[in-house]
Amino acid sequence: MSGLGTSFGFGAATNPPRDMANSDCVLVIGSNMAESHPVGFHWPLVARDRGATIVHVDPRFTRTSAAADVHVAIRPGTDLAFLAGLIRHVLETGQDFRDYVLHFTNAATILRSDYDFDEATGLFSGWNPETRRYDLLPHSWDYDLEPGPDKVARTDPTLQDPRCVYQVLRRHFARNTPEVVASTCGCRPADVVKVAELLARNSGRDRTSNLAFALGFTQHSTGPQTIRAAAILQLLLGNMGRPGGGITALRGHANVQGATDIPTLWNVLPNYLPLPHAVPEQATLAAYLAGGHGSNARRGGVTDGLWQEEAHRGAWSALPHYLVSLLKAWYGEAATPGNDFGYDWLPKITGDFSYMSLFEKMRRKEIEGAFLFGQNVGVSGPNARLERDALRSLRWLVVLDLFETESASVWYADPQGPAPASVGTEVFLLPVAAGTEKSGSITNTERLVQWHEKAVEPPGECRSDLAWIHDLGLRLKTLYAASTLPRDAPIRNLTWSYGESEPDPELVLRELNGYHVATGEHLHSGAELAHDGSVACGSRLYVGVYPAPAANLARRIGGPVNALGVFSEHGWAWPGNSRILYNRCSADADGKPWSERKKLLWWDEAAGHWTGLDAPQFPVTKRPDHRPAPGARGIEAIPGDGAFHAHLDGKAWLFAPFGLVDGPLPVHYEPFESPFRNALFSEQCDPLKVIVEDVENAIAPAADLRWPLVATTYHLTEHFISTRMDGWLVELQPTMFVEIGEELAAARGVANGDWVVVSSARGEIEARALVTPRMKPLVVHGRLAHVVGIVNQFGYRGEGVGDSANDLTAMSMSPDSHIESAKSFTCELRAGRLAHPRSLVPLPRVPEPLVSDPVPGTPWAAQPFGRQRRGE
Amino acid sequence: MASSDRTRELDVAALPPVPGPERPTGLLAFLRQGLARGEAPEMRPAVGLFTDVSLCIGCKACEVACKEWNLLPSNPPEWRESYDNTGCLSATSWRHVKFVEDFGAPLPPRPVVPGMDLTALLAEPKEGQWHFLSDSCKHCIEAPCNLACPTGAMIHTEFSTVIVQPDVCTGCGSCTSACPFGVVAQSSHDGHAHKCVLCYDRLRDDLEPACAKSCPTRSIRFGPVESLREEARARVQSLHARGYGKARLWGAERSGTYSETHAFYLLLEEPELYGLPSRPVNPWIHLTGDYLRGAVGLLAAVALLAVAMGRMAP
Repeated sequence: MSGLGTSFGFGAATNPPRDMANSDCVLVIGSNMAESHPVGFHWPLVARDRGATIVHVDPRFTRTSAAADVHVAIRPGTDLAFLAGLIRHVLETGQDFRDYVLHFTNAATILRSDYDFDEATGLFSGWNPETRRYDLLPHSWDYDLEPGPDKVARTDPTLQDPRCVYQVLRRHFARNTPEVVASTCGCRPADVVKVAELLARNSGRDRTSNLAFALGFTQHSTGPQTIRAAAILQLLLGNMGRPGGGITALRGHANVQGATDIPTLWNVLPNYLPLPHAVPEQATLAAYLAGGHGSNARRGGVTDGLWQEEAHRGAWSALPHYLVSLLKAWYGEAATPGNDFGYDWLPKITGDFSYMSLFEKMRRKEIEGAFLFGQNVGVSGPNARLERDALRSLRWLVVLDLFETESASVWYADPQGPAPASVGTEVFLLPVAAGTEKSGSITNTERLVQWHEKAVEPPGECRSDLAWIHDLGLRLKTLYAASTLPRDAPIRNLTWSYGESEPDPELVLRELNGYHVATGEHLHSGAELAHDGSVACGSRLYVGVYPAPAANLARRIGGPVNALGVFSEHGWAWPGNSRILYNRCSADADGKPWSERKKLLWWDEAAGHWTGLDAPQFPVTKRPDHRPAPGARGIEAIPGDGAFHAHLDGKAWLFAPFGLVDGPLPVHYEPFESPFRNALFSEQCDPLKVIVEDVENAIAPAADLRWPLVATTYHLTEHFISTRMDGWLVELQPTMFVEIGEELAAARGVANGDWVVVSSARGEIEARALVTPRMKPLVVHGRLAHVVGIVNQFGYRGEGVGDSANDLTAMSMSPDSHIESAKSFTCELRAGRLAHPRSLVPLPRVPEPLVSDPVPGTPWAAQPFGRQRRGE
Repeated sequence: MASSDRTRELDVAALPPVPGPERPTGLLAFLRQGLARGEAPEMRPAVGLFTDVSLCIGCKACEVACKEWNLLPSNPPEWRESYDNTGCLSATSWRHVKFVEDFGAPLPPRPVVPGMDLTALLAEPKEGQWHFLSDSCKHCIEAPCNLACPTGAMIHTEFSTVIVQPDVCTGCGSCTSACPFGVVAQSSHDGHAHKCVLCYDRLRDDLEPACAKSCPTRSIRFGPVESLREEARARVQSLHARGYGKARLWGAERSGTYSETHAFYLLLEEPELYGLPSRPVNPWIHLTGDYLRGAVGLLAAVALLAVAMGRMAP
C-alpha cells in the first residue's frame, strides 16, 4: 500500500467495487478478479452490460479473461513496463485530462535543477554506487522552492518549463514506445496502443475508467512502483476521486484493510503512524513529533528537506493529536504529560523485523517462539520449505486455526522434514471459532467497516482469536502486576478492559473510535482528537464509527442506495463515511461537476457548503476557491482544490519527492529472477531489492539457462489455503497441478494430465500438467518465453494433497513494502516424477452425511439423500 | 473433526418430535385411509431458472451451494485433467459447471504506424474464449422422465417443477434412459433415481433455490417462468446490440420435437459447444407411431395367420 499512500495519501482502495458499475472501462491488471473476488466481480459485469469495456492484462487467460472484452497476455513481472507504455501513449497523444491534471496533481510543480535520471543505468540522482544505496532522502528529488519561509514550491501552470513534473514525466517515459514495451512484455505493440486508446477514450469530463489490481502487482520486487505507475496513469486520465474511476486495490482477505489500518506490521503503529526508531533523533516524544510523519530513522538525522513540511501543512500536521490520543488509549491514566504519555513504552525499531526476516531469525535461534493466528505459513509463505524449517527451530509454536494445518503438523507430517523425534518444538494447536461463530467487525477492500453477529456457538472449546488474545493479555498482566522493573511498565500500564473473562468486541471498537477521557463520551469526528491527553483514540481513521454507546454504525444493514450506487447508511466507511476517496476531484476548480453524467459532489454557493451523492472527504464548508493565508498551518494550508490533503501541497503526486526509497518515478527493472536481461537499463533488478541471505534461499542469476522458464503462482477460486479439509471443495479441485501451454508441453514431451517436475534454484516439486491453449508462449526480445502457472494452494495436509508451490518461491522482498516477489521467478520443467516422490497421504475423507440421524416420522426410502452414513 | 459439530444448526434429531399421523383403528378405517388419496397441494405460479452464460464466471459456487443445501455427499476426489472435476450430472451432483476451451490461431500482428486504423484495432475479436455453462435438470414441461416413470415417483410439483419421490421410486432406471440430457442418475448407494429438485423445500418456504441464491454474478436467476422468459428475451436483444450476434435462448420456446423447459439457458454460441443438443427430441413423440406400427403389424400378423390357416384348412 506504500505505492497508493505515496501517490495519494491513503494506502487504500479509492473506489468500492460497486462503483465499478459506473465505469466506462475497467482495466483489471495484476489481478484475477473473477476468481479471487467473484462477489465484487458482479459490478464490472454490470458495467459491461451498460456498455463498458473490460480489459484484462494477465499472463494467463483466466476466468477473468473469459469475462473481459480484451485480454492481453504479458510476461509475469512486466506490468510496470506495460503501464509505462500506456502512460507514454497518453502523454504523447496529448490525451491527458489537462484541467484535472493542472488542479489536482503536481504536474506543474518545478523540480530542483539537480534532479536527474540516468537513462543508461536506470538510476536516479542521489545514487551512491559505493554503498549501492540512495543518499538518505536525496534532496535532488525535492521540489524547487520559492524563496521565503513558507517553503512553497515553484510552479509553471503552462507546463512548458523543462523542469516541471509534466515535462519530466514525458522525458522519463519517452523510451517506453509500443515496440519497446511489447518486446519486454511479450505482447504485440498494437496491444499497448489498444489498451491505452480504450482507457483514454473512456476517460475525461464525461467518462471514467477504473483500474483494479491485486497481488499480481504487489508481489514483485517493484510492486509499490508498479502501483505508482497505475496511479500516474489514472491521474493523467483524470480518473481519481470520481464515480466509476479510481484504483481498486483488491484485498486478498475479508479483513486485510482492517489488518492494515490497525496493523500487525512491525514498523507501523495503528493508522499508518510511523513506529519510532531507537535513535537519538526520536528519543523523546517532542523530537519524534517535530520530524513529522515523513520522518523516521531512514532519514539518518537529515534535518532539512521538503518532508519536514508535513509537520506543518496538510493532514499529517495533526500527528501530535493522533499519537497522543493513541498513547492515551493504550496506557490510560498512566499516560501523562510528565512521562511523554508513555512514549518510552512504545517499542522502538532496532532492525528489520519484517515477515521474512523473522524466519531467518528463527533459524538462527534468535526467536524462541511464535504465534500463528489463522495463518498457514507452511504453505502460504515464500520459500515455504525454509519457513517450515524455521518453525522447527523454535522452542514453542502456538497455532490458532480451524484445522490442524501444515504449520501445526510441521513437527511430524512434513514429508521433507526430519524424523519427529529430532524436532524439539513444542506445538500448541488452539481451536478457534470461524467467522460465523463470533461477533465483531471486518474492514474490507472498500474501507467499509461491517459488523457481524455470531450465528452459531462455536463447537467444543473453540473460541474467537479475540478471546484467546484477551485471555493471554489478562494472564500477562497478572504475571507482571507485582513487577517494579521499568522494562515491565509497558505491560503493567497497558489498558486491558474489554470485559471480565469473555471480551466484548464492542469495547474494542469503542477504544478504536475513541472517547473523551473525562466524560467517557464517544468521539464524533477527527477534529476532537487532542494532543493534551484529554482524548483517547486507538484508531484515528475510525473516529465516527461508534459515535454513541447506542450507535455502532458498523451494525447498520441495508439502507437506501442512491443513483450512483452509494449506500451510505449500510455499515460505515473510513474516513468519515466517504465511500469514494479524494472526492473533491469529482468537481472542477470552481466546484462544478465535470459533467452531469459523472457528478458526485458540488459546491452549493447559496448554502455555503459542499453537497452531493457522497460524504465529502474534506472540510464541507471549504470554498472551492479557498487560498490559504500566508503562514497557514494544517488543513488550513491546503487550498480549495487540494483534494489530497494528506499531502503537504494538497496534490496527488505524479512525481513523489519522498515516500519510496527506490525512486520518485517508476522504472522497469526485471524481476529478481528472470531469463532475460533488462533491455531498457543496465540495472537488471530493483537496485534496493532485499534478499534473505540463507543457503536455502538461492537465487538464480539473470538469464541462467538452467531455469529458462518464467513461473508465476496463484490461487484457484475453489480453494483458500486450508479449505483442502472440506470434501465439497476438494472434489472441485482435488490435486496440485501446473498450467502450461501446448508449445512448452510439446517441447518437454508432456501430455495433458502427465506428471511433471518443476524446479527452481530453491527446490523441486511434482505436479500434474494441465496443458491448455489458454497459456500462450510470449515472444520477448525475439526469444520465446514460456510461462508456467503454478497453483499455490496445496500442501501435505488435507483431503486433497499435493506439493506446495511455495517450496519453489524465494524470500525476496520489495524495498518499500517488504512484500515477497512470488508472482515471478524462474524455473525449469521436465516430464516425469521426482526421483523419490514424497509420500503425500490425504487425510481420510470426512463423510458429509451431515445429519446422522434419520428425519423422524419419514420412511427410510424417503430420507433425504445425505442423511445416511456412507457405506451403511 | 466430527461432522456433526459442523452442522449443529441442522441437527434434526435435537428438534422436538413431530407428532405423526393418527393411526387408524379398525379394518374399515385402515382400508379407508389406505385407499384415500392425499389432498393435492394448491397450484402455485410456475417457476424456473434462467442461466445466462454471458454472466457466468465458472466459480462453481452453485455446485457447492447445491450440495450443501441438499446434503449431497462429495464424490471421491478425482482430477479430470481440467478445471471441471465434476465431470457430469449424477445422483450426487445436481449442478455441474462445464468448461469449454475454444481457441484458434493467435491474433494477427498489427504494426503500430502513424495513422493506423484504430477503429479496426479496437473492434478486434478476442484471441479465443473459455466458455462456462452451469448445467442442471431442465425441468421440462413435457418431461420424458416423468412420462417414463412406471410408479409415479417422478412428478410435477405445484410449482411445475419436476422432482423424484424416493419412497415411490423403485430404481427401475426408465427415467435415466428417457432423459435426453443425461440428467437423471441412479444412485449406487440407495438405488433410487436422483436429480435436481429445484430446491422444492426452499420453494415451499418462499426461498429461492440455493444455486440462484449463491450465484455471485446473477448468472443464475430464479423467478416466475413467464417473467423470466421475458427478461431473457430482452437480454438476448441487448446482447445482439452489443455485438454478440449468436446469442440465443435454449429451452425457452417449444420446438417441433420438444417442449419448453422451466430451466432454460442463454447461450452465446451453438448449443453443441456447451454439450446441449440444438434440436432435442422427446422420445415419446415416436411412441404414437410405434404404437400405430405395432398395432398395424399385429393386425397384419393376425390377418396373415388367418389367411395361412385358411389355406391350410382342408
